[in-house]
Amino acid sequence: MEKKRDESSSVKLVGFWVSPFVHRVRWALKFKGIEYEYIEEDIFNKTPLLSELNPLYQKVPVLVHDGKPLSDSSIILEYVDQKWKPNPLLPDDPYERAQAHLWARFADEKVLESAWLALCSEGKTQERAVKQAIENLEKVEEKLKGKRFFGGDKIGHVDLMMGFVSYMLPVWEEVAGVKILDPLKFPAVAAWTNNFLNHEAIKAEYLPSRAETVAYFQWRRKELIPVYASYSRWSNK
Amino acid sequence: MADELILLDVHVSMFGMRVRVALAEKGIEYEYREENLANKSPLLLEMNPVHKKIPVLIHNGKPISESLIIVQYIDEVWKDKSPLLPSDPYQRAQARFWADFVDKKIFDAGRRIWTRKGEEQEAAKKEFIDALKLLEGELGEKAYFVSKSIAKLVAWAKRCMEKESVSKSLADPKKVYEFVLMLKKKYGFE
Repeated sequence: MEKKRDESSSVKLVGFWVSPFVHRVRWALKFKGIEYEYIEEDIFNKTPLLSELNPLYQKVPVLVHDGKPLSDSSIILEYVDQKWKPNPLLPDDPYERAQAHLWARFADEKVLESAWLALCSEGKTQERAVKQAIENLEKVEEKLKGKRFFGGDKIGHVDLMMGFVSYMLPVWEEVAGVKILDPLKFPAVAAWTNNFLNHEAIKAEYLPSRAETVAYFQWRRKELIPVYASYSRWSNK
Repeated sequence: MADELILLDVHVSMFGMRVRVALAEKGIEYEYREENLANKSPLLLEMNPVHKKIPVLIHNGKPISESLIIVQYIDEVWKDKSPLLPSDPYQRAQARFWADFVDKKIFDAGRRIWTRKGEEQEAAKKEFIDALKLLEGELGEKAYFVSKSIAKLVAWAKRCMEKESVSKSLADPKKVYEFVLMLKKKYGFE
């Protein structure tokens, strides 16, 4: 006797509307055809829910599956891929999988971090951050040469992890008044951006409007410039 | 058909130790090559051009870097013996989460303790202790990892040392201390 599991109520995602980390998870869930309940959390006015689900970091996204919470977008993505086998996001081969994890780390620790710093700084610090971001993007460009997606013909884990480059980076560039992703310098990345944003699992459904996103990050930049300026590791190089 | 395994590492590196423990647990033979970080080998530069960091595991000529990724790789390739990670996806995710936590909170805070001064150092100390307490809380009843008192952490560390694979792979504490002192002097963190 087959019991049909009601998947829709057993998967919940706690997120914040503008967070690229949350968007990644939404893309993965859509890609896998998983129904879920989305719960919006205002990260500037956190409810007890977040402390309960993610006591250590109190950050979004948090995926709750059958009552069990998981945080960290890249961990969530790997979990989703293992739990729902059809349409794999990570490769089968252990070596290829290790490479995917490495590039996923590069996406956050290098690409995103340098772009974020460029957004939240000015003057010399910003100049250095932009230079760093461009250097990081050069490695991405090399990786993408001759490929439609990081995963090859199909999108995969690394595409989702790098996804912010396609729609968030241009916003940060505009807000910060800098140029990082010049399509003439980065033709492979520019082409990938197009392919990525037009993929049916990615199409703008979950992405907030550019105007709202710009306004949000304009506010964040103002708030964060003094914060980052005081960190000795950023200003002392 | 023998596997060729080379580990590029530095004896005192906490990250390198993880890989050595993993290889020892699985009983895997490999060639160890000590790197001098002030004078990196051409092989290291070729195998990890992006970050130029150790450890790097080279398996039949193909490089893998980042200690946690290497450990996961080892676990997947040599899956028949001594599993290092749980097979259940949720528990696996939890293990990854805690491993990242150790890196982000404990290692990073620990490093800031000896490289910063004054207010920042105090903040880092607090963060380090808070992180250790959280880790102890997680250890709870579990025999080996994957905290109301530091005693639990020490007891866990003792149990780990009792495993031959661990005690053989860990660096001589005296050497680690000397290394840290040398770095402190070199970078003027006195």
